[in-house]
Amino acid sequence: MERKHYTQDINISPELMARIEELCSHYPEDKRKSALLPVLHEVQDAHDNWLSIELQDKVAEIIGIKPVEVYEVVSFYTMYNQRPIGKFMFEFCQTSPCCLNGVENLMDYTCNKLGVKVGEPTADGMFEVRGVECLGACGYAPMMQLGDFFLEHLNEEKIDQLIVDCRDNKITLHDK
Amino acid sequence: MSQKILLDKINVPGIKTYEVYRREGGYASVEKALKMTPDEVVEEVKTSGLRGRGGAGFPAGMKWSFIDKKSGKPRHLVCNADESEPGTFKDRFLMEYIPHLLIEGMITSSYALGANLSYIYIRGEYMWVYKILERAIAEARNAGWLGKNIQGSGYDLELYVHCGAGAYICGEETALIESLEGKRGNPRIKPPFPAVSGLWANPTVVNNVETIAAVPWIVNNSGAEYAKIGIGRSTGTKLISASGHIKNPGVYEIELGLSVYEFMNSDEYLGGMSSDRPLKAFVPGGSSVPVLPANLIYKTANGEDRLMTYESLSDGGFATGSMLGSGGFIVYNDTSCIVRNTWNFSRFYHHESCGQCSPCREGTGWLEKVLHRIETGTGREEDIDLLWDIQSKIEGNTICPLGDAAAWPVAAAIRHFRDEFEYHVRFPEKIKNRDHFVAEPFEQVKHLVGKVTV
Repeated sequence: MERKHYTQDINISPELMARIEELCSHYPEDKRKSALLPVLHEVQDAHDNWLSIELQDKVAEIIGIKPVEVYEVVSFYTMYNQRPIGKFMFEFCQTSPCCLNGVENLMDYTCNKLGVKVGEPTADGMFEVRGVECLGACGYAPMMQLGDFFLEHLNEEKIDQLIVDCRDNKITLHDK
Repeated sequence: MSQKILLDKINVPGIKTYEVYRREGGYASVEKALKMTPDEVVEEVKTSGLRGRGGAGFPAGMKWSFIDKKSGKPRHLVCNADESEPGTFKDRFLMEYIPHLLIEGMITSSYALGANLSYIYIRGEYMWVYKILERAIAEARNAGWLGKNIQGSGYDLELYVHCGAGAYICGEETALIESLEGKRGNPRIKPPFPAVSGLWANPTVVNNVETIAAVPWIVNNSGAEYAKIGIGRSTGTKLISASGHIKNPGVYEIELGLSVYEFMNSDEYLGGMSSDRPLKAFVPGGSSVPVLPANLIYKTANGEDRLMTYESLSDGGFATGSMLGSGGFIVYNDTSCIVRNTWNFSRFYHHESCGQCSPCREGTGWLEKVLHRIETGTGREEDIDLLWDIQSKIEGNTICPLGDAAAWPVAAAIRHFRDEFEYHVRFPEKIKNRDHFVAEPFEQVKHLVGKVTV
């Protein structure tokens, strides 16, 4: 199967660079590679929540490791996105305790409402629905993650309101 | 009313802040420990009988005493906050609402181990908790509990939070170390154990959040006092995160030794079943531990009361028992489909296998595939034995316990609910087009299977 190559603008601002260096300082000087996961989170947050190959190469250069060392990490961990994704990524927990409380029906409802399938962004790039494995909120099921935050005890009314709030730009994705 | 030692201050307004936490007696264990020798602190933890609260239940003091002090290399304490076991959400609760308790425990424990550089490895999905911890660490540093010459004792400690990025396997201690080194979370072959060669090949202790959070109480009140709480080798208190078909889901701190019946039914805890439907099954310790059917929940195979202890929950081995595990307590009523639930767990383990060992990489996929076809009404009678065969070839044949964790739920489901698997195979039209997770209450259709092999 042919793999599509996505490109993005790379912008490592002085503020982002300072944060990267601060993260690297949490480890011994000769162990900068240890900062790779936290650095990738920061860089991804600053680049529309995804990491192109070129951006991964840039991270390798900054940390001082080989590009392949970044690729193997990005492809292993589920929180790094290797393609452009919807601005508001609804990540529904689809593990047993959430299923016991109806998350599967809620995912169907959300997909129908947005007119998409799981894993496909809406045409305007605003929304995407994804099923993820246990997010550790089993007692407050059904739930989803949106950006840095957990939304718990979900129901259809809350989903409706959330979509409106996203469209009205009332949602904060990252707690800075 | 059970004694609380982790959550006793949880309702104090502002306990998340350093100022309130300190006013409530916080960081006293650091002051006390710094006047003791590190070995004396280790001895208190040994005396307490505290067992690792991440799932394995290995005695914490003994683990600490294994750390290699002769190598001359730097030593590290790493807190395992990669809480990802389905059904388990207790560590997040603790870190989110009383973050300084964990930080106090990290300082006291690091001192005992002679560690000057320690980390809290938190799962990436808990990003807002990561930021809560970062803020709390900054407060502790400003107040002189971290950095050089802590409280004039001559002891130095740097503590950082490190976030993962979505991989259950990183809850395994050697995979966690690999991840902390900026690599894929592939578990290492043991030995050498981390106490000899861990983070950057230095001696390292990896402990769970709840384990480390218990250390301040132990140092403040003595290991002997801690050992008085609980029963036998299950000393102290335990956080239980409860979910599923119960009236009061949430996080509870219980004294080990409480009966399962009281935990399930008293208003102080779970308050009984939601919707007043009958109890069908429960998983006491997170998705990886064996499911138990209703007749083995309140009583052991010997007819004794089943207690919330490491020993009682595992009574009789996996034939009639389960495990306390991480304390992820999932309750199922009679509308829950055991086959669909088992398939759901298998999908989880297939997704989360790191792929390093063939039995796990391939076996978890086969389990998921076979379970899926049974669940969707295209299974064959021989598939049930095939599932048994596959799980038996994964268990014990992998570098880390993820393989076992994938195999045990399947084995237990077949062992205790084989008739339900047979029903799925023989009456596929009953399975199709039903409302996702909701099954017909199985008791009502059990007669269709014929021979019931519970």
